[in-house]
Amino acid sequence: MPDEFLIRVALAAIGVAVAAGPLGCFVLWRRMVYFGDTISHASLLGVAFALALNLPVVLGVLICALGVAAVILTAEGRLHHTDTLLGVSAHAALALGLVAVGFLSGVKVDLLSYLIGDILAVSWQDIWIIWAGASLCLGLLIWRWQPLLVSSLDREMALAHGQNPRREGVLFTLALAVLVAVAIKVVGALLITALLIIPAATARLGSATPERMAILAAIAGVVSAVAGLAGSFRFDTPTGPSIVVAAVGLLIVGSLVRKVAGRG
Amino acid sequence: MSNALITVDGLGLVFDGRHVLHDVNFTLDPAEIVTVVGPNGSGKSSFLKCLIGAIKPTEGKIIRKPGLKIGYVPQKLHLDQAFPMTVSRFLKLAGSVSQADKAGIVEKLGLKDVLARQIADLSGGQLQRVLLAHALIGKPDILVLDEAAQGLDQPAVAGFYRLIEEVRRDMGCAVLMVSHDLHVVMSASDRVVCLNGHVCCEGTPTIVSAAPEYRQLFGHGTEGALALYRHVHDHNHDHSHTHDDSHEGHDHAG
Repeated sequence: MPDEFLIRVALAAIGVAVAAGPLGCFVLWRRMVYFGDTISHASLLGVAFALALNLPVVLGVLICALGVAAVILTAEGRLHHTDTLLGVSAHAALALGLVAVGFLSGVKVDLLSYLIGDILAVSWQDIWIIWAGASLCLGLLIWRWQPLLVSSLDREMALAHGQNPRREGVLFTLALAVLVAVAIKVVGALLITALLIIPAATARLGSATPERMAILAAIAGVVSAVAGLAGSFRFDTPTGPSIVVAAVGLLIVGSLVRKVAGRG
Repeated sequence: MSNALITVDGLGLVFDGRHVLHDVNFTLDPAEIVTVVGPNGSGKSSFLKCLIGAIKPTEGKIIRKPGLKIGYVPQKLHLDQAFPMTVSRFLKLAGSVSQADKAGIVEKLGLKDVLARQIADLSGGQLQRVLLAHALIGKPDILVLDEAAQGLDQPAVAGFYRLIEEVRRDMGCAVLMVSHDLHVVMSASDRVVCLNGHVCCEGTPTIVSAAPEYRQLFGHGTEGALALYRHVHDHNHDHSHTHDDSHEGHDHAG
């Protein structure tokens, strides 16, 4: 019988993974990997912000992720190439975050726990927040599924359909920011993107339709989370990175299976 | 006039400080086929984007008939390798229509055999027909094609044009086609509009299917789907647009 601590940790990891998989599919489809990276790096700035103002960390991260996303969406294509802009803001947000945390002399901050996550410290309250955030993300995806798909395929086509691709993009960014905010405790600012895109890439191997890919991505995410947790307890390794390693392992196995099956 | 599907009045567009379009007047009537030709950089893509509502014009206005449905056929689909999408799933994205209607379109465009295939694996001609089917499923009042024949060889272009003509006949939708080919247009075009920042000239294509020398020019198997358009410009462009051809070169139909 697993103890209460194990259940808590597993619930936290599964909650994040189950939403990260389907969201990650859209990150891949919309070619927003770098964008995802940028807003997850911005979350460290959010941590500093929250600690300085004595706000809940989730709220600070959410505000910062949204702020950086808004800056990128408005500045996109104006002065610099989007790629340049994203590269600059990703590292600017990370460096600023590190510097800002350094300024917080009064508080003792365990920096590493925010960079790679500290899932062993999740409380029941954290779990409620994680599952609320994950449900919000999944609910949004289900609600906007069709228009999101069309706008991810072709912007002009979406417009001709009478849809508003810009609004879909904003809603999706909102979901991404929510996920980043609830995931920071589980995998940390540096590895959130990994949890988004690696299970999605694994799911791509066995999918002919977007729906199937989204469901498989959720499953791949949950399998990685459980396997990573098990490995982390077995070998006494940091949990967040162990989950990502498990996800990568799953991707490699999936690719090999696909290759062999494709030949046969 | 009030019958028009789309009326464009004094349209102007400034983009990046450049006057891409100015004083464009245009109407599209029901069931009419109009080909818009123009060199690269002539603003024809911007014009199209204004029409489908993707760009807001800087000047003038665009009046669309209330409830107007536009079927848009993009030049190609920038489908990421990471995006799994079968043809049949893609066609479902076009909206909910009766199975019979959809089956009819699939049958007509010869897509039955590719329904289970991935979009990314289709040939250029197949993808073109899939995009056309997608646009038609919504029963549009206007079918808008953006350089839809680009990348196809001449017999394929001719085949595609014949298909468009049949579609217009069967479904009664208007067709607005944009092409960078200044001289060779779809022979079924009711009107050809030459755009270069503004409307340079407008006219009907010369029907040339009977003349043997044109037959030769277009090769075999095009069966009169292509026609020449003879430009009659009453002005010269002093700005440095790169025409595919000079204005003087337009008269090889004569």
